[in-house]
Amino acid sequence: MTLAYHLQIVNLLAALLLLISFAMLSQRRVVALVTLFAWQGAALATSTAIVAWSTDQHHLYYSAALTLLLKVIAMPWYFYRLVRKLNVNRVVEPMINIPTTMLIGIVLVIFAFNLALPISEISGTVTRSTLGIAMAIVLLSFLMMITRTKAIPQVIGFLAMENGLFFAATSATYGMPLVVELGVALDVLVGVFVLGIFIFQIRETFDSLDLKHMEKLREK
Amino acid sequence: MTESFPLLPDGPVQWAWGVVLFWLALGFSALLLQGSQRLLSRLVFPLGALGALGIAGVGAAGMVLPASAVILPIGLPDLPFHLRLDALSAFFMVLLGGASFGITVYASGYFRSMAAGPLALLALWYHLFLAGMVTVLLADDAYAFMVAWEVMALSSYFLVTTDHKVPEIRFAGFLYLLIAHVGAVALLLAFGVLQGGHGDYTFDTMRLAEMTPFWASVAYLLVLFGFGAKAGLVPMHVWLPEAHPAAPSPVSALMSGVMLKTAIYGLLRVTFDLINIQIGWWGTLALALGLITALYGVIFAAVQSDMKRLLAWSSIENIGVIIAAFGLTLIFYTDGKGALAALTLTALLYHALNHAFFKGLLFVGTGSVLHATGVRQMGHLGGLMRFMPWTAWLTLVGALAIAGLPPLNGFVSEWLLLQAFLLTPGLSHPYLNMVIPVAAAIVALAAALAAYVMVKFFGVIFLGQPRDPALHEAHEASWPERLGMLWLAAGCVLLGLFPAHVIGWLSPVVRLLTNQTLVNDGSWLTLAPVSAERASYAPLIFFAVVTGVVLLTYLWVRRVYHGRVRRSDPWDCGYPEQDARMQDSAEGFGQPIRQIFEVFMKVERETPDPFDRNPRYRGASLDKLWFILYEPIERVTGWLSQQAGRLQHGRIQWYLIYSFATLIFLLVFTTR
Repeated sequence: MTLAYHLQIVNLLAALLLLISFAMLSQRRVVALVTLFAWQGAALATSTAIVAWSTDQHHLYYSAALTLLLKVIAMPWYFYRLVRKLNVNRVVEPMINIPTTMLIGIVLVIFAFNLALPISEISGTVTRSTLGIAMAIVLLSFLMMITRTKAIPQVIGFLAMENGLFFAATSATYGMPLVVELGVALDVLVGVFVLGIFIFQIRETFDSLDLKHMEKLREK
Repeated sequence: MTESFPLLPDGPVQWAWGVVLFWLALGFSALLLQGSQRLLSRLVFPLGALGALGIAGVGAAGMVLPASAVILPIGLPDLPFHLRLDALSAFFMVLLGGASFGITVYASGYFRSMAAGPLALLALWYHLFLAGMVTVLLADDAYAFMVAWEVMALSSYFLVTTDHKVPEIRFAGFLYLLIAHVGAVALLLAFGVLQGGHGDYTFDTMRLAEMTPFWASVAYLLVLFGFGAKAGLVPMHVWLPEAHPAAPSPVSALMSGVMLKTAIYGLLRVTFDLINIQIGWWGTLALALGLITALYGVIFAAVQSDMKRLLAWSSIENIGVIIAAFGLTLIFYTDGKGALAALTLTALLYHALNHAFFKGLLFVGTGSVLHATGVRQMGHLGGLMRFMPWTAWLTLVGALAIAGLPPLNGFVSEWLLLQAFLLTPGLSHPYLNMVIPVAAAIVALAAALAAYVMVKFFGVIFLGQPRDPALHEAHEASWPERLGMLWLAAGCVLLGLFPAHVIGWLSPVVRLLTNQTLVNDGSWLTLAPVSAERASYAPLIFFAVVTGVVLLTYLWVRRVYHGRVRRSDPWDCGYPEQDARMQDSAEGFGQPIRQIFEVFMKVERETPDPFDRNPRYRGASLDKLWFILYEPIERVTGWLSQQAGRLQHGRIQWYLIYSFATLIFLLVFTTR
């Protein structure tokens, strides 16, 4: 297989990632959201592995394995358990309705591509064209965090943002040094556990996972 | 010279550091003794007092030995503590050790009635406070200095808020902490200026740094502000009258007597030692601020009716006198009048030492009164001399000393300072020559008013009739309390009787800072600065004459006394109904001063109507500076924080939008 062929696959996977991001933005059920998140992780892991193979960057294999382990297996499993335990798999309406959110999303994607254009010209990697997509994923995930009022979708949005950053790192510079990546992975893992504990606490205190109740915590 | 092992007992620095470690160990072991009140008050505090005596001894040795230094490998990596002990540090160490020995002995009696749990905490903060102050004196780099300075500020904050359940005390503590930290920030900036871009914060580097007059002035102003905030220089004095009454009495004594002096130490250290050029107007500025502080302090002391608040204001007055002396020293020094600078500096150091003893004594005296009666308002006290003679007589020594009466110590330092003021016509600057006599007049006025304040303080509390029947049950201070007061009173008397020796003993410090020493023209018996023809003072002779006259009068009265006793009512001026509440009150005594200096005060008065069934009178003279200066600052800060508080909605989505908007904004801008 030639390098051009590999690049075709990476580009395809990048498009898939963006598509999944939009799907997440429009998904109203928590379980489906977790499934989408797992698929996003899988696409990310595959693309990282292909980049590693085609450019001979061995440390990227570890990154891919780490992604697979954490984001495709461990975290979705944890979230499924959480959702079952808390029994929160209901349709939840986001703050802004779905069509409007999608339109804002499209604006953000255009913005991200525009932004990435000068940067990808400087970058010397073979995968530089996917940088715009990576940034779009970051912004879309951020948007998802903003529009959701429940705790679990917000945590997933946060993790999807991390996926986007990871993808940006692979496509712009063939990934960060392995030490940094391991650190980030650990951070994310710990963060998810802490947030999981928080979610239980929020539920215990307010009898609901709706973050609107947190408004009471402000001063006066 | 620079040995890196901390506990080898081979020089005064190591000994001093040993005492610091001892105090730290003592403080933390107090936490383990929470169960036993007896051990805490009867063992921990006396041991702490021994440490204080040790520090005084180390200081005395350090005065005569050459400067020694040590580098301790503690703190951050690559940033060890540099400690150094020279004559200046040693002098302040003697002051610290001497005063805190008496105060700590007193404390071991004073805290016997306190519950064990809070007492254990208090013992921890108390010893941490002492250790912090000694480390401030020892520090030889800005980093160690600031760490010690903060330990001192924080531990004293916790000491002030010992009774933290009272809202006023929490407020006092907060005010103290706030001003202490504003001052600390100024000091931090000053050290930043002083290191002059070397990035090396040891005092040795700062001594060598060549500074332009502009940056030196910036550093000086920052230092004056920073140390002034700690010392209580007007207008940063507002915390003093709040924090001193709030703290337990031994702590007030320690803060007023000793902690304020660490600020004086810092001022001397930085101005004369670390900055290597001095400019004349610095001295004029300090002189003016000092005089304003002295006058302001004594005026407000005269109108107080809370005895500890009165003493706090009196501390402000004394700090004012000391800072004025500091300014005058700078003026003489920059004018090339080394001998006069030495004279003024001697007066300054002498007064600092005296103040530590007599103000410590007075504060612990009020502590005994407070324990015996539970009252701080002088309006409810009176006639206590009969019920607590020890406290009364010892406090009288302190009151006479602070009032500046010979043969006690307060007179010597104020006399020396006035001598220095009277010698100013030698200055080369014509304007200063004209203005400084006025300054001398202000110092004299402050001294006279201080005597007035002390007459009020002593008279209203101890003399006359008890204003409250409950006072008949007042009990005398316990033995450790008496011993502590006795030590401090003895200090006042001895420092007053042997000034010639004290001045000789001070000479290494004076030589270190001004390269000159004060020449005592008199013999060991008399003190004659500059020349014996001009002025001299022989305290022992004075003392002998005073004692002789008193004895002779006593004997003579006894001799001619006819022995008949007739008890009857004195002439009652046509008012047959007289009771103890008709005596001159604290408010009444201060009234003339209030009338004269009303411009400085905001007077609040509540007077009864002629037909009131329950007539009530209330009067308070409040510090106008608080309303002019502090309230606007408070309002602006409050307004700004309220505006900032609007950002806080409590909705997580909004917070996310803030970050999102920031992200987009940065992305747009950085890629431009």
